[in-house]
Amino acid sequence: MEYFIELFLGGLTRGSIYALIALGYTMVYGIIQLINFAHGEIYMIGAFTALIVAGILSMLGWNPVAILIIASVIAVVYSASYGWTIEKLAYKPLRQAPRLSALISAIGMSMFLQYYVLLAQTSNFLPFPSLIPDFKFMEPIEHIVRSSEIVIYITTAIVMVFLTFLIKFTRIGKAMRATAQDRDMAMLVGIDVNKVISFTFIIGSATAAIGGVLVASHTGQINYYIGFIAGIKAFVAAVLGGIGSMPGAVLGSLVLGMSESFFTGYISSDYEDVFAFLFLVFTLIFRPSGILGRSDTDKV
Amino acid sequence: MFSFSEIKKSLLISLWFMFLTFPIMVIRVNTIYKTIEWRWDRMIMVGVGSFFLSFLWRFFIGKKETGKKKTDTGEVQQLTWIQRLTENKKIYLPSLVAISVFVVLFPFVFSMYQTNIMTTALIYVVVGLGLNIVVGLAGLLDLGYVAFYAVGAYTYALLNQHFGLGFWTVLPLGAAMGFMFGVILGFPVLRLRGDYLAIVTLGFGEIIRLILENWNAFSSGPSGIANIPRPGLFGLHLSLHQNIIYMYFIMIGLAIFTIFIVGRLQDSRLGRAWIALREDEVACQAMGIDKTRTKLSAFALGATWAGMGGVMFAAKTTFINPASFTIWESIIILCVVVIGGMGSVLGVICGAMVLILLPEYLRAFSEYRMLLFGAILVIMMVFRPEGIISNVRKTYKFEGLKDNNKDNS
Amino acid sequence: MEPILEVKELTKDFGGLRALDRIDLKVHRGQIVALIGPNGAGKTTFFNCITGIYQPTKGEMLISPGGKEKKSLNGLKPNHVTKSGLARTFQNIRLFQNMTVLENVMIGRHCRMHAGIPGAVFRNPATMREEKQVVEDSYRLLEKIGLEQYVNEYAKNLPYGAQRRLEIARAMATEPFMLLLDEPAAGMNVKETKELDDLIVQICHQEKISILLIEHDMKLVMSLSDLIYVVDYGKKIAEGTPEEIKNNPDVIKAYLGEEVDA
Ligand SMILES: Nc1ncnc2c1ncn2[C@@H]1O[C@H](COP(=O)(O)OP(=O)(O)O)[C@@H](O)[C@H]1O
Ligand SMILES: [Mg+2]
Repeated sequence: MEYFIELFLGGLTRGSIYALIALGYTMVYGIIQLINFAHGEIYMIGAFTALIVAGILSMLGWNPVAILIIASVIAVVYSASYGWTIEKLAYKPLRQAPRLSALISAIGMSMFLQYYVLLAQTSNFLPFPSLIPDFKFMEPIEHIVRSSEIVIYITTAIVMVFLTFLIKFTRIGKAMRATAQDRDMAMLVGIDVNKVISFTFIIGSATAAIGGVLVASHTGQINYYIGFIAGIKAFVAAVLGGIGSMPGAVLGSLVLGMSESFFTGYISSDYEDVFAFLFLVFTLIFRPSGILGRSDTDKV
Repeated sequence: MFSFSEIKKSLLISLWFMFLTFPIMVIRVNTIYKTIEWRWDRMIMVGVGSFFLSFLWRFFIGKKETGKKKTDTGEVQQLTWIQRLTENKKIYLPSLVAISVFVVLFPFVFSMYQTNIMTTALIYVVVGLGLNIVVGLAGLLDLGYVAFYAVGAYTYALLNQHFGLGFWTVLPLGAAMGFMFGVILGFPVLRLRGDYLAIVTLGFGEIIRLILENWNAFSSGPSGIANIPRPGLFGLHLSLHQNIIYMYFIMIGLAIFTIFIVGRLQDSRLGRAWIALREDEVACQAMGIDKTRTKLSAFALGATWAGMGGVMFAAKTTFINPASFTIWESIIILCVVVIGGMGSVLGVICGAMVLILLPEYLRAFSEYRMLLFGAILVIMMVFRPEGIISNVRKTYKFEGLKDNNKDNS
Repeated sequence: MEPILEVKELTKDFGGLRALDRIDLKVHRGQIVALIGPNGAGKTTFFNCITGIYQPTKGEMLISPGGKEKKSLNGLKPNHVTKSGLARTFQNIRLFQNMTVLENVMIGRHCRMHAGIPGAVFRNPATMREEKQVVEDSYRLLEKIGLEQYVNEYAKNLPYGAQRRLEIARAMATEPFMLLLDEPAAGMNVKETKELDDLIVQICHQEKISILLIEHDMKLVMSLSDLIYVVDYGKKIAEGTPEEIKNNPDVIKAYLGEEVDA
């Protein structure tokens, strides 16, 4: 039983992390129907920025919690800036172009950012300081779930509530939904679509940065390639849930994280990723638009 | 052009990029030795560089937009230079002869190293043309194409290892295996739409790679299979140098064969259906075309070339392991198709040449080459999204009832 | 004589919305039948159900091309419906824009051709003959529809009226016994509409293809139709000859508030 709980919580951790990345994917996809391949790199850049800030501050002897907060804020600001800039440079000129062109542009951007970080920093794994303190009250269950995992759950939940509120109740949220429904129509009713798209990238990137910082301090190491792998997994999660749908992204992430965790725990850790992809394939065969995706017949 | 407001704009951009690249470019912390390295010179480089590049960027964006306006208003269908070239027999034939001579002489004029790279590029021409059927003609985004390439390569390696089969026997088998896997993997996924298809094919690509990596008894796992024989020539013993030249010519032959067959497929009842499917799926079905079958045929025929290319790849490198078949490989093949110009055979050839040769010659910039490669992809797409050769598809042209035939338009 | 198309109690739900509610409809050989009703009444949905693009929630759809044996359309895929002899056009033009006019019609011929992969690769005499035949047939069809001057143009470069006609040509290339036209006159000027009127009569009388027509242009509908069905909110509210429909109070009420473009 304890093993089951351990796997369950491990799955929850994975799922939360996938969710933080998948949300950005799904938001961008919902608005401009682009698989933003560079999204994983935004996450990675968030982690690197946090590492640099945390490195400096910890040498100055600051308290870890303060470092965590400051590093996170700076990482969020930087990732959001990168997201915004990338959209302006690599995607905006391609709004009218075939979708594949935009995808290739995104792939190019992803490569560029990976090697940019590799060249400017290093190709090795860097140790990331564990900024999340071990809570006293966690001691009795520390062998099942770590403090950093608790922080990950809570943060993910907060981010999700915040995003739901943003999309449901704010002006810009409504504009985002309208743009996702029908961009031309949104333009006609006076929504500044460019602004909405920029904003979507900013929010999505900020969310990814939070994920980056949390994962880095949970796993304790980063390199230039972490974004790519996490990005693909998160994208799988987003598609699993139904791409374009935000609750879908979260649900897909949790389902993927959990099932991966149980699969590796009970069956085999070698075939973990095989399982993840097979799971995706089977889900889509039976639900071609994902778990929560609108399975609408296209209007003809 | 260099008005005050332009300069101000560029200054702001340069400031923005200095801000943006500040932590990652300038600071490097070593948490073990507790040292911080500040590299301010890089910040200046970024500032100056982005200042000037932003002028260029805006200039070209402006140029692209005015160009687009012109073609929008100007009713005349402009012929591209490539169309004019193929139209005009006086230029077309001699250039064909010149290219043939160059191709034949290439391995004797250039070094072994160069010939080897060219052979690689030719493999990409073949698999690129295969993927072009799937993506360029039928409009199915396949991100797991490399799976079929791996199937071909492992078919050769394993059949050779266990049964001693030679290259020429396995080449058609590899193609058949590619086709078979295309059907098997294609069947369940082809009812998915656009990006769902993309991610599922990506998934299949990864599944095959991961199986190869983990199923040691079958594929020798990550350590791969070594000592795969190069193609034989009637049992003659060839030196390494001779063999490289021999493989070069095999690839030339295969490439010509591919161009020939793919060309014929494209200009057939099936080829028309692929293009119609790409244009409008619903209308296509309403015209009586079986969507699933048509898609499946595109998918499987595309996979066939990948299987064949895979056999050649294994024979050329004599060593394969799962690391050769990552998602990046799929992406590079996809880029060959898109950069070259989707749907166009000539485009794919150009794409393969540029994409495979470019990184090789970018070796001068050694570590910067992948960075440049990424940047070139973005720049290419921003300024020329239709690819190097914009699609000059042959269309059926009607020229009177008696002797109608097809022609380049 | 059996009707060539018989629809019984056709119902289609979209979530909570009942777009079609137990619609009955019959078309006999040689007839031009019109389906009219305000926007959003469910006319296009009706076409989509018959042609296999949507699966109806309930109801039966039968064809009987020869007038004897009946065949059910329920559960058939769109391409099989077309192959059985029902061809359609779309309300919002769905041509293959980047293919030429000739190629568009050739696609229509696809389901009546046979060449497969071996034929494409080996170009055996049968395939070559077929390929030659398809170009010729397609051209002749274009002549009939009056589009031959555009034969080598890209579909996207055609004037609007010609695009609508090309959709009809493409549908006819599938050799249907019945054509379903979804608002063929939409967006056409008076002259184009008149030409369309003639074309439809010609298709029905000379080509012996029956026609089921959705149209808002009442003048066209009244002059062409043998029989008119009126739907509103997914329900059939009337059926009859043009004379009967003109004087039906329910129809007038349904169109009240919506301008009947004459
Ligand atoms: N794919 C679909 N999904 C949801 N609702 C649909 C779909 N297709 C049509 N509808 C709805 O069905 C009703 C009938 O539409 P339609 O058949 O297009 O009307 P008409 O062609 O008579 O103008 C409309 O309310 C429309 O919104
Ligand atoms: Mg309609």
